[in-house]
Amino acid sequence: MKHYLFGLKCVTSYSVLFWLLLNSITLQAQTEKYNMTRGATDISHQVYDLHMAIFYICCVIGAIVFALMFWSIVYHRKSKGAKAEQFHGSLKIELLWTAIPVLILIVMAIPASRTLIAMEDTSKADLTVLVTGSQWKWHYKYMEYPIEFYSMLATPREQIDNLAEKAEFYLRDVDKPLVLPTGKKIRFLVTSDDVIHAWWVPAFAIKKDANPGFINETWTKVDKPGVYRGQCAELCGKDHGFMPIVVDVKNPEEFDLWAAEQVELQAQAKAEAEKAAQQTQSMEELMLLGQKTYESHCAMCHQISGEGLPGAIPALKGSVMVTQDIPAHIHIVAYGKPATAMQAFAKQLTTSELAAVITYERNAWGNNTGDLVQVADVVAVIEAGE
Amino acid sequence: MGAAYQKYYVPHQSSWPIIGAIALFLLGYGAALWINALAKDQHGVGIFLIVAGFALLFYMLFGWFSNIIDESMEGLYSQQMDRSFRQGMSWFIFSEIMFFMAFFCALFYARTIAVPWLDGSGNNAMTAEVLWPGFEAIWPLTKTPGGIETQVMPWEGIPLYNTLILLASSVTLQFAHMGIEQRKYTQLGFFLLLTIILGITFLFLQGQEYVHSYHELGLRLDSGVYGNTFFLLTGFHGLHVTLGAIFLTVIFLRIIIKGHFTPERHFGFQAAAWYWHFVDVVWLNLFVFVYVL
Amino acid sequence: MSTDNSNTLDVNADQQHVDHHDHKPTGITRWLYTTNHKDIGTLYLLFSLTMLFIGGSLAMVIRAELFQPGLQFVDPHFFNQMTTVHGLVMVFGAIMPAFVGLANWMVPLMIGAPDMALPRMNNWSFWILPFSFFILLSTLFMEGGGPAAGWTFYAPLSTTYSNDSTAFFVFSVHLLGISSIMGAMNVIVTIFNLRAPGMTWMKMPLFVWTWLITAFLLIAVMPVLAGTVTMVLTDKYFGTSFFDAAGGGDPVMFQHIFWFFGHPEVYIMILPAFGIVSSIIPTFARKPLFGYESMVVATASIAFLSFIVWAHHMFTTGMPVAAELFFMYTTMLIAVPTGVKVFNWVATMWRGSMTFETPMMFAVAFIVLFTIGGLSGLMLAIIPADFQYQDTYFVVAHFHYVLVTGALFGIISGVYFWIPKWTGVMYSERLGQWHFWCSLISVNMLFFPMHFVGLAGMPRRIPDYALQFADMNAFISIGAALFGLSQLIFVWCVVRCMRKKGEKASAEVWEGAQGLEWQIPSPAPYHTFQTPPKVK
Ligand code: HEA
Ligand code: HEA
Ligand code: HEC
Ligand code: CUA
Ligand SMILES: [Cu+2]
Repeated sequence: MKHYLFGLKCVTSYSVLFWLLLNSITLQAQTEKYNMTRGATDISHQVYDLHMAIFYICCVIGAIVFALMFWSIVYHRKSKGAKAEQFHGSLKIELLWTAIPVLILIVMAIPASRTLIAMEDTSKADLTVLVTGSQWKWHYKYMEYPIEFYSMLATPREQIDNLAEKAEFYLRDVDKPLVLPTGKKIRFLVTSDDVIHAWWVPAFAIKKDANPGFINETWTKVDKPGVYRGQCAELCGKDHGFMPIVVDVKNPEEFDLWAAEQVELQAQAKAEAEKAAQQTQSMEELMLLGQKTYESHCAMCHQISGEGLPGAIPALKGSVMVTQDIPAHIHIVAYGKPATAMQAFAKQLTTSELAAVITYERNAWGNNTGDLVQVADVVAVIEAGE
Repeated sequence: MGAAYQKYYVPHQSSWPIIGAIALFLLGYGAALWINALAKDQHGVGIFLIVAGFALLFYMLFGWFSNIIDESMEGLYSQQMDRSFRQGMSWFIFSEIMFFMAFFCALFYARTIAVPWLDGSGNNAMTAEVLWPGFEAIWPLTKTPGGIETQVMPWEGIPLYNTLILLASSVTLQFAHMGIEQRKYTQLGFFLLLTIILGITFLFLQGQEYVHSYHELGLRLDSGVYGNTFFLLTGFHGLHVTLGAIFLTVIFLRIIIKGHFTPERHFGFQAAAWYWHFVDVVWLNLFVFVYVL
Repeated sequence: MSTDNSNTLDVNADQQHVDHHDHKPTGITRWLYTTNHKDIGTLYLLFSLTMLFIGGSLAMVIRAELFQPGLQFVDPHFFNQMTTVHGLVMVFGAIMPAFVGLANWMVPLMIGAPDMALPRMNNWSFWILPFSFFILLSTLFMEGGGPAAGWTFYAPLSTTYSNDSTAFFVFSVHLLGISSIMGAMNVIVTIFNLRAPGMTWMKMPLFVWTWLITAFLLIAVMPVLAGTVTMVLTDKYFGTSFFDAAGGGDPVMFQHIFWFFGHPEVYIMILPAFGIVSSIIPTFARKPLFGYESMVVATASIAFLSFIVWAHHMFTTGMPVAAELFFMYTTMLIAVPTGVKVFNWVATMWRGSMTFETPMMFAVAFIVLFTIGGLSGLMLAIIPADFQYQDTYFVVAHFHYVLVTGALFGIISGVYFWIPKWTGVMYSERLGQWHFWCSLISVNMLFFPMHFVGLAGMPRRIPDYALQFADMNAFISIGAALFGLSQLIFVWCVVRCMRKKGEKASAEVWEGAQGLEWQIPSPAPYHTFQTPPKVK
């Protein structure tokens, strides 16, 4: 009996030591560089606290178990002259170490369930945004405003290929962030155009899969204005790692200003597109815009060289589709090919961009067909419908 | 464990397993090549590999089973060995049940979860509203969210006959078994043959049903999840009936030609019979869940 | 009409027969045609070691690419193939065959059986494997490359959006499924039917128990995997829409079916390791296993629970809240029986008389590091927190702790423990200790920091990452290289034994060793227990 008491004392001192050590590690870990972010919403704070609580509980359990084990490793070794006892069971103690973990688990489960139920309550939202993932960009549509746009990686290719200095927000910058107001309950409808993606913004503690054909709902309410970054969190193909999310949260007044501006911009763009349909453009103009559009929207699959990826993505260089029948070519770019990775670009690009990129394809990489595709040609195909 | 202490027969080296492994390799590699070629409307070497694989597989099965039968006839097998075979067969059938489970669960999931969700049940109101506005959840799914339409395969015609046929075949097989146990070999032969004929009739009718389904009902493998589950479940079942019928035929030939099996030793027969009953039970589930409900 | 030869057993003929082939066959056909459980066990183990190196080399490609931000060596599509094939090769090629190999060698010896119950089928199970992996690995050299949708191959990335490798992948999985199912049937039947007289259920060593339950899991879930890949095949090539909403299917249904297989699968990869450790700890503590019965019950409970927790991999897919809660609670419950096991091992060491040869070192490391992995698993089960952890390196850290320092360390400790019995010579203790310490340090350099990068927000399955993860990743990659190199010591150790370099081992090998396998000479004769031993 004395032995056991001594053991117990030793174990406690071991555990205390272990505990202090862990604490110092975890204090270190408070910095966001090595730990979960506390985030910017009430829910994310709850999640963070839950995370830390279960983490500490696990540390304590680990500390106790390992301390016991190392104590016997140190003292019950043959080289120390330890003689093996021959006991091999005790119902009482077995029941004890079944019951105690159950209690610990219940203690963990209660706050977890509470937080979860709060997280899944999407009712009474002030604003709804439809978030659609597609290979490899996000599309945002505000259900209450006539605003929708794509948001894609803004990091230049040279930085990825180590040809240029990497910027501060390397791989975490987009061309057009999602803009949200503070203090409003915002509901997200998350879905996908092609494969499964996941919309993840750590600061909001939101991660929701974007399943093609189904809509998942989630919500947030952010109190502090700021820029919050996240990225796609479900393997979605080649450029899964290049699909960041940026959310710019503004005061409601600023948000309203922004929204008004967007509505105007989109109206303007539409008017311009209609005007462009009447005009013809020169080869230089088309090729310039075409190359830009190609590199931002097509090159990730068909490659800069236009050679595609053998076995997965067809080459455009020398392709029959690209060098022969113009309307068929316009059609596949505008409407994509259902059930393949080739998307419908009519809703992603303006008609002038479409005209330009198609012209570019027909004249780049030695395709030299000399064809000029004007906005009017594109509009004609689109109006003819799928 | 009465006879557990008899010598356990450990067979000689055998070349059949490696031949079997090569056969499966040819089948797998060939099928992969073939399917990819098919998808591109090409021809390839795949189909030849498949044929070679099947040939080798049958050669292997024939050789392997002859070895086993010879050993059994030589009396190398103890009761313990017999138990190993029986237990092995039971676990094999269990694994087959789990295989069918996967497809049945796909059916249940599609029917009670996916399709209603697409029509907005549960917390999926927005799914229906935004993505599939015109879609209505019904089962059988005669119009998919994507707009493919089919008709329903009724249960009253061929499926009902087929159910009766398979049920009858289980009964006739039971009579055949009684034939063995009572050493009534004519009864055995007759009822076994009848079972096989019933099995083949089933397959024939199933084929008719497929033709009807493709040509008159527009119910096809690719017409949405109703067609998918219908054809995969009935298809894999049909495949198992085919295997079972071949199995029974081999047993039949062993009886007729070689005069194998006695009341005490007829594991081969029993394995085939278990398999047949298992296929039967799968059909009953199919009949209820795929056709009737 | 028939010859009656029911029960009469010609003992004489049989005896002659056995004598006749008691000497070892030689040459290549010994291995191709073998029906001997020891030969087949050896084949499995060597195959597994090869696969560990192939899978490890792929991991080295991953780690090299992740050494620094930016794309260095491989393009993203190839990176995904590396991740996918690394996962598949390690799970199905390295860990599972290693356990089957150990079962082949040890189960008959432990229960006093002359061989496995169905020796020819045993050989077939093995030889299917190399062909299956040939098919899988050959896709890496085809146009378009190998499968790239992760080892979990979620639809529709693996169906509509995949390349030609899909069909090869599907058939390779079918083959290895057939192999696993037959292997498992063999183990079950052997244990049910070939135990020596007196070897009652509750006398069976825990390794036998854990394998019995593992084999049951295998037979229950491998066919479901076969069904899953079949649906992937028809979705991609034959126009079905199981996983396509437009046809009334659901991509999430794929995940349900896959994880119904996948979760029991991870216990398939840990239960035999529990068994190994439960043999090793009592041996080196010179003390009987604490709580034998509760160990058996705990193993069975884990197996049972493993069938009703699968959706804990799918918390972010948008299941109804009630389902999420159900799966969270069941998942958390698994900690209880697993805890019982851990506590029992500790209690076995308590007041023992311990020595620390290499197998014991690995077993002790197993307990500590597996528990760390298990505790992070428990954190993953807490749904609100899992929303932040899911698909980050925190998960990668979790499963490498349970798989590498769990399953793999279990296997390694088993190899050191039993290799004297297999080869008749002791491994070099000095090399073994070197292997242990190098592995222990490097494996923690490799996987421990992954917790932190994961928490800080680095997603898994990406070839390039944001700048704040750079220093950690460099450190991890160095740890990976060191861990890889450390395994060369292991190979050296094994090869030395196979070439019979080393001290001769006694029959008992270890001072505290208990059980039938230690009563036969070392190396174990080619045929053992042709007349069943009597177990008291
Ligand atoms: C050998 C393999 C193995 C094992 C044993 C486990 C064990 C466990 N795993 Fe793990 N897991 C994997 C392999 C494994 N896992 C893999 C491969 C993945 C990723 C798959 C992929 O996506 O690619 C994964 C992913 C995974 C997830 C999904 C993460 C995500 O993607 O979001 C979850 C979530 O719940 C989880 C939970 C658990 C739990 C609760 C256990 C439990 O069984 C652990 C139980 C053990 C303990 C808890 C420690 C010992 C107990 C005590 C000392 C008692 C006292 C303790 C308490 C009272 C707390 N695992
Ligand atoms: C089953 C067991 C298992 C084992 C043993 C391992 C072992 C290792 N794994 Fe893992 N791993 C998985 C199972 C396993 N893995 C799974 C299931 C996934 C998920 C896949 C997916 O997302 O789909 C994964 C994913 C995974 C990732 C994440 C990839 C990503 O998300 O993008 C990483 C990254 O570091 C990684 C690394 C390693 C390393 C460094 C080892 C090391 O332990 C390997 C050590 C071994 C060797 C290195 C070989 C031996 C030595 C040589 C060949 C000598 C030469 C050595 C040098 C030149 C250094 N693995
Ligand atoms: C996400 C990947 C992806 C992106 C981005 C993409 N494509 Fe494609 N594209 C494909 C795939 C896959 C096909 C092959 C479809 C099939 O199976 O026929 C294809 C086919 C084509 C074809 C037909 C080629 C032929 O020979 O049949 C053209 C033309 C084309 N794409 C142009 C474009 C243009 C222009 C853009 C950008 C505005 C673009 N693609 C962006 C994946 C993509
Ligand atoms: Cu989109 Cu990953
Ligand atoms: Cu799991």
